[in-house]
Amino acid sequence: MKYRDYYKILGIAPTAEAEEIKRAYRKLARKYHPDINATAEAEAKFKDVNEAYEVLKDPERRAAYDQLGKPEAGAQDGFRPPPGWEGGFEFTGGSPEDAEVFSDFFETLFRRQGQPFGAAAGARSADQHARLQLDIADAYSGAARVLTLRMPQVGTDGSIQLQERSIMVQVPKGITEGQHIRLAGQGMAPPGGGLPGDLFLEVSFAPHPVYRAVGRDLYLDLPVAPWEAALGGKVMMPTPDGKVALTIPANARSGQKLRLKGKGLPGTPAGDIFATLRIVNPKVTTEEARRVFERMAREVPFNPRAGIGG
Amino acid sequence: MKPARAKSTVIVSLTLEELCRFCHADRNWVIELVEHGVLEPEGASIQNWRFHSISIARAKKARRLNRDLGVNAAGIALVLDLLAERDEMLRRLASFEDV
Repeated sequence: MKYRDYYKILGIAPTAEAEEIKRAYRKLARKYHPDINATAEAEAKFKDVNEAYEVLKDPERRAAYDQLGKPEAGAQDGFRPPPGWEGGFEFTGGSPEDAEVFSDFFETLFRRQGQPFGAAAGARSADQHARLQLDIADAYSGAARVLTLRMPQVGTDGSIQLQERSIMVQVPKGITEGQHIRLAGQGMAPPGGGLPGDLFLEVSFAPHPVYRAVGRDLYLDLPVAPWEAALGGKVMMPTPDGKVALTIPANARSGQKLRLKGKGLPGTPAGDIFATLRIVNPKVTTEEARRVFERMAREVPFNPRAGIGG
Repeated sequence: MKPARAKSTVIVSLTLEELCRFCHADRNWVIELVEHGVLEPEGASIQNWRFHSISIARAKKARRLNRDLGVNAAGIALVLDLLAERDEMLRRLASFEDV
């Protein structure tokens, strides 16, 4: 397994006081909290920071970790604890509250005692929560997804192994962001036997360069040519469900919002599409185009800066 | 290994008790979130409250912010409002940048 430098993750010296560890953790937790920081690396960083703090905040675990010693830079990948390391330490309580799976390093060395999860809260339900990221197009058509979950399992010798398990999930047509899909009986088996809990999947949509979904409504910026905006008429607009014709009113403004009823995410009632017009100028590269613009400049009385006193 | 097939259902709405169980929160904490406008259940009285998808997702988010960062209900209401504003700004900024 790969050695993890918990002090480096929290950006502190190995001699740091408990208060300093707490401050460093809180600062990084705020910075990388996945509900606040939507960047791709934030979730992984947040998990690392929590794993590091889970060990360093607890004096017993921290002492055990320090005793492991830090391997040479080149020897961190195939890390093995020194012989006899396990002796003399009792890890009490302090399991992470949620059924979160940390690195192999953590799971092997620091989650050996007691039940795999929620040792502190024996009566915790065996329901499990996970996120499912879909494309907006999946919500239009429905989709099947194979979900891979990593769960710690206690082996016959009491050691903990991470086991992967795959579940086929049927995503119904018309699902919206924030909705939960329940998979009955697919949660964890409670320690000590009993029926397994449910698995709940919170649906979110992957960011799309064009579309943005709010509930069942779909928003997009629709580029139009200056003459399309001025003269009005039908333009072809892309949607996740194929192209549709949209009527632009004459003298349309940039920023004007047009609604296409019932073409949003399917459902009863189906959502709408809101297109915000954005007038885009063609690049003048030909003599022909230059002549047309020059003629407009001469013949169309228009001062775009009239409204700002220009 | 062949993936197991599981029957999936979409959660339409939850009662107060169901929501508490769902996000491991206690009743008073959920009521406080409603009072701060973080959650907007349908129904006139607490017994008749029904929480729909947006509120369920927000309740989970609120629970995580409370558990991970120690933010209270008023703080969560503020954080969520500011995050919505920030996301809107970022979106508008992006639409200007790619012109």
